[in-house]
Amino acid sequence: MSEITVTINGETVTGNVEPRLSLADFVRDHRRLTGTHLGCEHGVCGACTVLMNGEPVRSCITFAVVADGTEITTIEGFDEDEPMTQLRKAFHENHALQCGYCTPGMLVAARDIVTRLPDADEARVRLELAGNLCRCTGYVGIVNAVLQVLEERRG
Amino acid sequence: MGQFGIGQAVVREEDPRLLRGRGMYAGDVSLPRQSYALMVRSPHAHAEIRAIDTEAARSLPGVLAVYTGEDVAADNLGVPGMPVKWTRPDGAPMAYRPQPPLALGRVRYVGDPVALVVAETLDAARDAAEALMVDYEPLPSVTDTARTVEPDAPVIWDDAPDNVSALYQAGDAAATDAAFANAAHVVKRHFVISRVFAQYMEARSAVGEYDEREDRFTLYADVQYPHRVRQLLAEKIFQVPEQSVRVVARDVGGGFGTKGWQYPEHRLTLWAARKLGRPVKWTCERTEAVMADEHGRDNVTEAELAFDANGKVLGLRVRTLANIGAYLSAIRNLLAAYTNVGTLVGVYDIPAAHAEVRTVHSNTNPTAPYRGAGRPEATYVIERMFDAAARELGIDRTELRARNFIPPEKMPIRTPLGLCYDCGEFAANQEEALKMADYAGFEARREEAAKRGKLRGIGTANPIERSASPSPDFAEIRFTTDGTATILMGTKSQGQGHETVYKQIVGERLGLDSERMRVIDGDTDRVAFGIGTMGSRSTVIGGSALYRAADKVIERAKPIAAHMLEASVEDMEFERGIFTVAGTDRTVTLTDVAKASFLPARLPPGSEPGLFESATFAPEDDTYPNGSHVCEVEIDPETGETHIVGYWVVDDVGVVVNPTIVKGQIHGGVAQGVGQVLMEQVAYDPDNGQLLSASFMDYCMPRADDFSDIAIVSNPVPTARNPLGVKGAGEAGTVGALPATMNALLDALAPVGVTDLPMPATPHAIWQAIEKAKTE
Repeated sequence: MSEITVTINGETVTGNVEPRLSLADFVRDHRRLTGTHLGCEHGVCGACTVLMNGEPVRSCITFAVVADGTEITTIEGFDEDEPMTQLRKAFHENHALQCGYCTPGMLVAARDIVTRLPDADEARVRLELAGNLCRCTGYVGIVNAVLQVLEERRG
Repeated sequence: MGQFGIGQAVVREEDPRLLRGRGMYAGDVSLPRQSYALMVRSPHAHAEIRAIDTEAARSLPGVLAVYTGEDVAADNLGVPGMPVKWTRPDGAPMAYRPQPPLALGRVRYVGDPVALVVAETLDAARDAAEALMVDYEPLPSVTDTARTVEPDAPVIWDDAPDNVSALYQAGDAAATDAAFANAAHVVKRHFVISRVFAQYMEARSAVGEYDEREDRFTLYADVQYPHRVRQLLAEKIFQVPEQSVRVVARDVGGGFGTKGWQYPEHRLTLWAARKLGRPVKWTCERTEAVMADEHGRDNVTEAELAFDANGKVLGLRVRTLANIGAYLSAIRNLLAAYTNVGTLVGVYDIPAAHAEVRTVHSNTNPTAPYRGAGRPEATYVIERMFDAAARELGIDRTELRARNFIPPEKMPIRTPLGLCYDCGEFAANQEEALKMADYAGFEARREEAAKRGKLRGIGTANPIERSASPSPDFAEIRFTTDGTATILMGTKSQGQGHETVYKQIVGERLGLDSERMRVIDGDTDRVAFGIGTMGSRSTVIGGSALYRAADKVIERAKPIAAHMLEASVEDMEFERGIFTVAGTDRTVTLTDVAKASFLPARLPPGSEPGLFESATFAPEDDTYPNGSHVCEVEIDPETGETHIVGYWVVDDVGVVVNPTIVKGQIHGGVAQGVGQVLMEQVAYDPDNGQLLSASFMDYCMPRADDFSDIAIVSNPVPTARNPLGVKGAGEAGTVGALPATMNALLDALAPVGVTDLPMPATPHAIWQAIEKAKTE
């Protein structure tokens, strides 16, 4: 067991974790933040994407011990965040979610796109989103939502 | 129309919680004192279990129990049962071969459950699973469908040496033979439809709880049919009254037909919870999901289409081998094989047809409904046949189809495979889709692409699917004393947006605003009855039940309103949530009537307080959503890589309750259909039956950069088979996408001599086909 100290959504917490525990299981099972979803447990689908020190990471293939001393933001931690507020509205308006399971990771990835690539066009958005799987929407609404937020932010 | 009525593209009610990570999926459920379960599964496709040594596993710290098939058998749990009595080709009865929840003596596919480990933590359960010693004697295996019926194929069940489970037939064999005898031209083709898996993003979970005080089980699970799961667990498995079982499903992360009612983990978590006196939680991981869950499709077909000299179809003959996997546990395992054979004739006026389906066993997971459940398979056959025939006859493929459409005035029509289509404008659908896709201008695009060294192709398909088959579902509207309404539904949303659609139906009929309604589904204690969500039935059947319940609310509220307005019941009019005395400005809102209904002093003498109404609806016949798909692709002949450059759909799902939600259903359906044709596959090693595609690294699915936009136009022709006029939208996209995409690929590759492709048509497969054609 290792003791770790992590700031999750602004709250600093400590925990004793097994070396094999993933960051995803730490936030879900130890912190009861169940908005982070596990889709594949091997870093392929992106459903578990969270921010670590402001950068998107796949929490299913990030060990909790690696998160020691970092700042983590999960989907529950973005309520005051401007790009996320814009994305949530755009996802809602563009029917960019159905079952909602990929949505938390998709939003964190989309936030990265709109903040990092302000000039991205549709082809670039599709390429950037290709790290996140959605099984319901055919990506139509998701792509439209991200393009809408890019447009708003260029406004 | 109210502010929240039928036909409006209102945004979804479900979104706010899901966008903030506040969904409640089965895997998010945690109960006090819960323990963690892990399933130990067979690593072999086919083996005898010589011995299981549980000693080392049991002795590890934190391990609560290690159960094997003998422990389950000792408690005499029942089996799901088989309601249909079919026969084999030799006339002998079809054998019922239920999968034991934990194997007894033999395992029959990679993933067949062998043991259940329960521990204080998931890590402790994992360690115990590793310590479990199972001694297997591997046996020869067969996974490939065509191979199952070869004379020297390994045998799955010793009493069925030919591996055939049953024979299902539809249509008139003699009439079909006669049609073929008179044909000017007969087209024959062989099709293989691959095995795929739903790959819902949320892998399944089950949390089982047993309450000793009430002698009662509660299962929290992601299922499409809460009441059906309850019925099965109570009546068949545990043999207790249904009230002794509660099933709860809240947000479900995708189902697509495959989150069925008979999975062993449901009964095992409950059974273990009762034995241990603690809740037991099982959460499936992705690699386990491909081993643990039912698969979809997987059949091999020989088809023949007979034409007269003018390109009119005279007859259709189809023979299919449908791979149902190692077991036959429930009727689910037969549904895809036979229930939609009737749509093999497509939207075409075919005088005679005969179809035979042989269901076969193999060393694979059981198959069961997956988005379409036989509908895509049927449409794939007839739409590929039309393209093949058009090439042989030298007639444009859309013209050949147009010569054979069932015209609207011929409906209702009983097709030769026994279904009764009621309505649809098949020619108009195709015409509109071809216009959207600029089919007339395609050859110029093909030439332009050729200049860039690319092979461009266009493909069409005119899908029709049998939906919302006659079975009941349930809706209840309960008003509370503040005049707000709770809507309780027997269907179960898995992301389709039912909360929104049902509120729109009630909003339309009762004029209530969205914030004065709450929708509840997925709880057998709260909802009185239900069948569930499958076969594109929820809006059709659940929605119609809800519409009827709303009508009953109006009828029940009317005398109260009349009493409040001191008018006669006959003079009451109701519109947009307001009762009016005809010809006056005296009104009262339904909300106020609902509030008054709880106050005896305000009611007509002798009337019963409260306002609660429920209704069921069972259609008398199926509905037939239909449409026309066009897919345009570009292939790089150097790499075999395909790009979807355009996709257009004209859909007729009947009356559209929410256009945005219908489009979303079709977008997602198209993506799954295109995915099957281009990349998805549950693959097995033919030599040893090993599963080769049990992760997202190995099971390829469409990503955002694999797609273009998907353009959709509706051509709604309302059906008279339900009060809403809706036909169902859940499967339509997938049904058309399989043939439209494959037809487009073959059109692109026709100039280089390729006449057939395997499914999935991966870049490697396409490149190989091009190279092979060069040498022929």
